[in-house]
Amino acid sequence: MLRLFTLCLAALMALVLPASAKDKLTIYTYDSFISDWGPGPKIKTAFEATCNCELEWVAVADAVATLNRIKLEGSGSKADILLGIDTSLTAEASATGLFEEHGIKTENVNLPVQWTDNTFVPYDYGHFAVIYDSEKIKTPPASLDDLVNGDPEQKIVIQDPRTSSPGLGLLLWIKAVYGDKAGEAWTKLSRRVLTVTPGWSEAYGMFTKGEAPMVLSYTTSPAYHMVAESTDRYRAASFPEGHYMQIEVAGILKSSQNKELARQFLAFMTGPGFQNHIPTNNWMWPAGKTSDALPDAFDKLVKPAKSLLLSADEVNANRKAWIDEWLKATTR
Amino acid sequence: MQTSRTLRPKPAVLAGLVALGSIGLAVATPMLALIAIAPAMPTLSADYLGFVWSITKFTVLQAGLSTLLSVLAAIPLARALARQASFPGRHIILRLLALPLALPALVVVLGIIEVWGRQGWVSTALQGTGLTGPLNIYGLTGILIAHVFFNMALAARLLVAALEQIPPENWRLAAQLSFTSRHVFRHIEWPVIRSVLPGIASLVFMLCIASFAVVLVLGGGPKATTLEVAIYQSLRFDFDPPRAVLLAALQLALCAGLFVLGGRMATDIAVMSSVGKQARRPDRFASRRMDTLVIAAGLTFIALPMLAIVLSGVTAPFTVIVSQSVFWRALATSLVLALTAASLSLTMAWSLLAAQRTVMRRRAPSRAASAFMSCMQASGSLILVVPPVVIGAGWFVVLHRTGLANSAAPVIVAIVNALMALPFALRILRPAVVGQAQVHDRLCASLGLSGLQRWRLIDLPVLARSFALAFAFAAALSIGDLGAAALFGSADFVTLPLLLLQKMGSYRSVEAAGIALLLAGFCLGLIWLAEQLKVETQSQ
Repeated sequence: MLRLFTLCLAALMALVLPASAKDKLTIYTYDSFISDWGPGPKIKTAFEATCNCELEWVAVADAVATLNRIKLEGSGSKADILLGIDTSLTAEASATGLFEEHGIKTENVNLPVQWTDNTFVPYDYGHFAVIYDSEKIKTPPASLDDLVNGDPEQKIVIQDPRTSSPGLGLLLWIKAVYGDKAGEAWTKLSRRVLTVTPGWSEAYGMFTKGEAPMVLSYTTSPAYHMVAESTDRYRAASFPEGHYMQIEVAGILKSSQNKELARQFLAFMTGPGFQNHIPTNNWMWPAGKTSDALPDAFDKLVKPAKSLLLSADEVNANRKAWIDEWLKATTR
Repeated sequence: MQTSRTLRPKPAVLAGLVALGSIGLAVATPMLALIAIAPAMPTLSADYLGFVWSITKFTVLQAGLSTLLSVLAAIPLARALARQASFPGRHIILRLLALPLALPALVVVLGIIEVWGRQGWVSTALQGTGLTGPLNIYGLTGILIAHVFFNMALAARLLVAALEQIPPENWRLAAQLSFTSRHVFRHIEWPVIRSVLPGIASLVFMLCIASFAVVLVLGGGPKATTLEVAIYQSLRFDFDPPRAVLLAALQLALCAGLFVLGGRMATDIAVMSSVGKQARRPDRFASRRMDTLVIAAGLTFIALPMLAIVLSGVTAPFTVIVSQSVFWRALATSLVLALTAASLSLTMAWSLLAAQRTVMRRRAPSRAASAFMSCMQASGSLILVVPPVVIGAGWFVVLHRTGLANSAAPVIVAIVNALMALPFALRILRPAVVGQAQVHDRLCASLGLSGLQRWRLIDLPVLARSFALAFAFAAALSIGDLGAAALFGSADFVTLPLLLLQKMGSYRSVEAAGIALLLAGFCLGLIWLAEQLKVETQSQ
């Protein structure tokens, strides 16, 4: 038994032995970004062709986890860049004092809203949306208010704002539209909520299995089904009140030893070498300059007439209170 | 001679102490590390304490009910399976019982929804008869269905293992005395069941306390919030490590308290090991019809969600999956991790039990010896209720400060997995080891057999079956584990369940279903392998 164990341990070490070191840029991000089918590997190749350096991706489970990793490591972090947190976390990230101003030109940045943050640079964005199964629902909710007040027998699966980014997105969306009346809106909406899942995967899995005809996801979700599965069965409902935005960003750490290289990467990030890989690998809208045309599927997506976004500081200051309000309203 | 023996601990006791110490270290280190990095202790408002009180009540309620139902359902199923030793497909059924452990909760939850959900098979069938509308399981019902699915299988498998330890002499006696089924239960089966039941129930209770995805998804909403959810939230989203540690300590204390209560009800091990061949039970004919019914019912309940998982997996593009190099890397990592963790877990379990056996051999164990023994029994279990997020974050802090974060991570993952499998291994091995000791201790003493020689000649052949089962459970648990593996996530350290989750998280649910099926297949393969080892040692 002991011999087997020693053997296995040796094999385990061999599997994860670090690659030989070279002048390199280390970027922390969430794991789906650098999966084989994500944009990470392609971006690595593209950037390394321009920089004569090595790009090392370090993946932590999800966006929140990457920021926590930075907090746990403090100023001793080996990360040069953190890539993947969204605007609901940027104020919290800035408050750690671990990030420094990016200091690059952002003329390539292209967003539906004005970008003023001097610490973080956006690389993609998406709008939250209710995705519905067109084979089960003939008349989808025509507005957020319609969703809140609609037939309780027609169910939606949402995510928990305490554990998931889209869940927090819906919380902020309802806050942005209903303001002080958000609690009442949640009480009404909760009649239609089949269940609240800890993450996006559970909710979307239940939706595609047919357990509920609606799910909270992104306006870009139908693009995946059109491109990869050639079906337009799953569609986004367009809401005239506007759709809440998620903007994903990257920032440089104060403790970085490679700041010049890091700035070079952020500048590269806003251009085609990076941006071309975003639409069909990360399934989000590019937030910079692309050289390839977007796939046709993206033309067919819902384009919100209005983008909603609460300021990062406001979110950071009120998140706990708003989550409590949600808890009270939905457990009544 | 006598005095020197009491003063100087034997090697077996030392090994046990080392195992005990490493468990304490593995659990306490991360918790202390997380408290150490906090600038201040958390302030706990009256509101927050009220919230904690209400979720604690819900946590105990759902875990208590889940345990009760799982164990109550497992007893008749285990009796039927133990009685019908030549039931068609019994071997496969027994292997299937260990399988739910190996499947990530997310996969099982989707399987259960496919069977019991609003649009599920049962719902559709019921609606077809026109009797009811769609089922709505979201709430306590859903949580209980899923927990009974996971744990009835586990409890039944452990009970069968215990019942199979009943020596053939007892059955010969029962046949001579023309025992009825009721007599058999009262005089032969119940003493055995009663001796292992507290251990099994406490294991199930802890698994239900620590359950996370099942509770949130099937609980239907924030009403079903458990301590585990609050710990996850306070560490992950609020980044309040000391609060997370406090909540984790509360969860630990809760379980430890219940164990102390449960410990009072525990009886001595009633199992006697026998070298003899498996007995053909005299009562196997009389109850055949009833047993068939019970097995069929239990099997249906367990097999339906598994069938759902298989059906959604078989249509997966397997050629695409196996053509990706990441799949093979994940498979290799998972298999190596499972084998490492299982062997380490068994080594630790054996150290603890051998130490216990040595201590018990004394006529009147001292107070210190008794304390050591109860400490050991509890220690082997409590790691299950320390949330993986706490262990992971805490160990990360320690490793990062010492600059070992990358190289040591896989080792820590293997150790944490081994520790998580330890409660299973202990519960499987303990009855066999203790029973075996009662039979063979004098023989070994008179032959002068000890140490490795005794292990090779006496212990191993007799305990091979229990070792194989413990190994299978430990391997299944670690091949399916996400908690520990997700802690140190990096591009180079991908396990099969992690890959599955990544696929689920990027719309590739069809590929994920295929991977789930392969994962189940590899797990069955490991269980089969463990059984082969058993056969080999027994034939020697």
